[in-house]
Amino acid sequence: MPLLEMLGVRKAFGSHDVLRGLDLSVNEHQVVCLIGPSGCGKSTLLRCINGLEGIQDGEIRLAGDRVSGPGVDIDRLRRNVGIVFQSFNLFPHMSVLENVTLAPICVLKQPRAEAEARAMALLKRIGLEAKARDYPDRLSGGQQQRVAIVRALAMDPKVMLLDEITSALDPELVSDVLDIVRDLARQGMTLMLATHEMGFAREVASKVCFLFEGRVHEEGPPDKMFGDPEEERTRGFLKRIIEAGRL
Amino acid sequence: MTLASEQTQLDWGAPSQPKASGGLAWGALAAVVAILGVATLVLFNLRGLLAREVLSSSAADAAMVAVLAACTLLVWPASRAIAASFRVQPNLAAGDLVAARIAAASSREWSFITLGYGAAALLVLGGIAFFTANDGQVSKTFFDAKLIRDFTPLVAKAFMVNVLIFMCAEVLVLIWGLLVAIARLIPGEAGRPVRFLATVYCDIFRGFPVIITVYLVGFGIPLAGLPFLGDLPLPCYAIFALTLVYGAYVAEVYRSGIDSVHWSQMAAARSLGLSHLQALRHVIVPQAIRRIIPPLLNDFIGLQKDTALVQVIGVLDSFNQSRIIASNHFNLSAVTIVGLLFVLITIPQARLVDRLVEHDQRRMRAGG
Repeated sequence: MPLLEMLGVRKAFGSHDVLRGLDLSVNEHQVVCLIGPSGCGKSTLLRCINGLEGIQDGEIRLAGDRVSGPGVDIDRLRRNVGIVFQSFNLFPHMSVLENVTLAPICVLKQPRAEAEARAMALLKRIGLEAKARDYPDRLSGGQQQRVAIVRALAMDPKVMLLDEITSALDPELVSDVLDIVRDLARQGMTLMLATHEMGFAREVASKVCFLFEGRVHEEGPPDKMFGDPEEERTRGFLKRIIEAGRL
Repeated sequence: MTLASEQTQLDWGAPSQPKASGGLAWGALAAVVAILGVATLVLFNLRGLLAREVLSSSAADAAMVAVLAACTLLVWPASRAIAASFRVQPNLAAGDLVAARIAAASSREWSFITLGYGAAALLVLGGIAFFTANDGQVSKTFFDAKLIRDFTPLVAKAFMVNVLIFMCAEVLVLIWGLLVAIARLIPGEAGRPVRFLATVYCDIFRGFPVIITVYLVGFGIPLAGLPFLGDLPLPCYAIFALTLVYGAYVAEVYRSGIDSVHWSQMAAARSLGLSHLQALRHVIVPQAIRRIIPPLLNDFIGLQKDTALVQVIGVLDSFNQSRIIASNHFNLSAVTIVGLLFVLITIPQARLVDRLVEHDQRRMRAGG
């Protein structure tokens, strides 16, 4: 049984259809990369899975349980599904440590000492334990994004959604962030990531999905998708990516 | 690459000449002379007045000499302006265009400095002239030294009533305003009636003149003969009325502060599993409050000043007290004291807020 399933998901903003009956399934420990032209619905899909956007039709299931539509315990869903945003969205009025411990203390009711110990362990893993008392403003973009990942991880999610997490970073800061994602994938975390880092997608993905016009236009293992895609649109997209020097 | 060869020589025109500076410099000097004339006249008048009131003292004379000396100091920038303007032509003649332009610019700069300080001096002299007009009646009406000395303690004691009222009202306004703001921001269909009521409340009480609210509450509630509410001490009604009005203002300030926090912060907080209220409490409101402290102080200063309105329902506050003194002595000096007391409490608050904002910004940028 897939861990995460999307069945005929439809999402429109006003009269603008973004997702038009999208089907996709993600198995446990899979790393699924969403690629596609901007506006194809990659970010919207991730936000819908996390319940930040409601969907108009179709169904999203997590471990077989329906998590879209009315009657869903959305806070519980979000405890299981972490999301990291392109723009980090750290809380600027809190130190790094407070950013990481806020949800465990507030939502999971962990004792502060325990939450802080866990947060420090996580920060140590990404080499930022020295920054624990600093405020986000003092950190580089790459460091902020690593903290944002740790903040999501502190909730022990079953799935992590990564929404173009390196797009706002200076090129030399990207690799630090991708290293963490690579580690997560290696440890068996189920990951769904919208990305423009095609090289990285090719390296870590177990499945690559090309989104086009609100649907999964083509999906397959990375070597097939990047080496010999079947669909005309996929080829066209990858050709433009190669021309831009991004693959 | 044919472009470069096709490019023609750009026409830069003649190099720019020094701007005119002589006229301005001489004008500045003339202005200084005129100001000195005015100063002499005004101070002479003042000295005569003091002599008639038997208030002449060597200290007053020294002060007047100091004012005159300060005006005379204006000659210095004016002369620098003229000196610099004299350097323009020789430099031009020597073919040093850059030095000529620098001299002209320097001359103009000094001329403007002379004129700027001169304008300020004129304003001060105008003020002195106003208060010495009509044989000093103006200054005596507002600033009778003896009355001020005698009645400051009494007025200051009555001012404590104002302080009590605005302190209580401010605490209540902070809480009530936040509640109203949150009510206006309740999401969803279920929140619609509460949102509506909160909006109506804000619209009504932001529009309602404070003095009328104070009047209606202060006279109306006792008149309606309600049990308990009907026989509270007068300042309680004043506090209640001010809370009603300023709660509406401050609710709007809170709301704009909350709105100004980017929605992505809410998304980030919710995505971590925080409920709407938890996100507001831990993430949105703390950031909003940091941004609204300066506008909040503005409203608080307004509230403090509006405590002077509670005299319409007969609270014996500083304004009411000072009006009694004023009508007994046919002189407004006691009322001036009240105004000055309000200024006196406002200034430290403004500085405190500056410090708070600065401190907070430093903290957010600082390491741990």
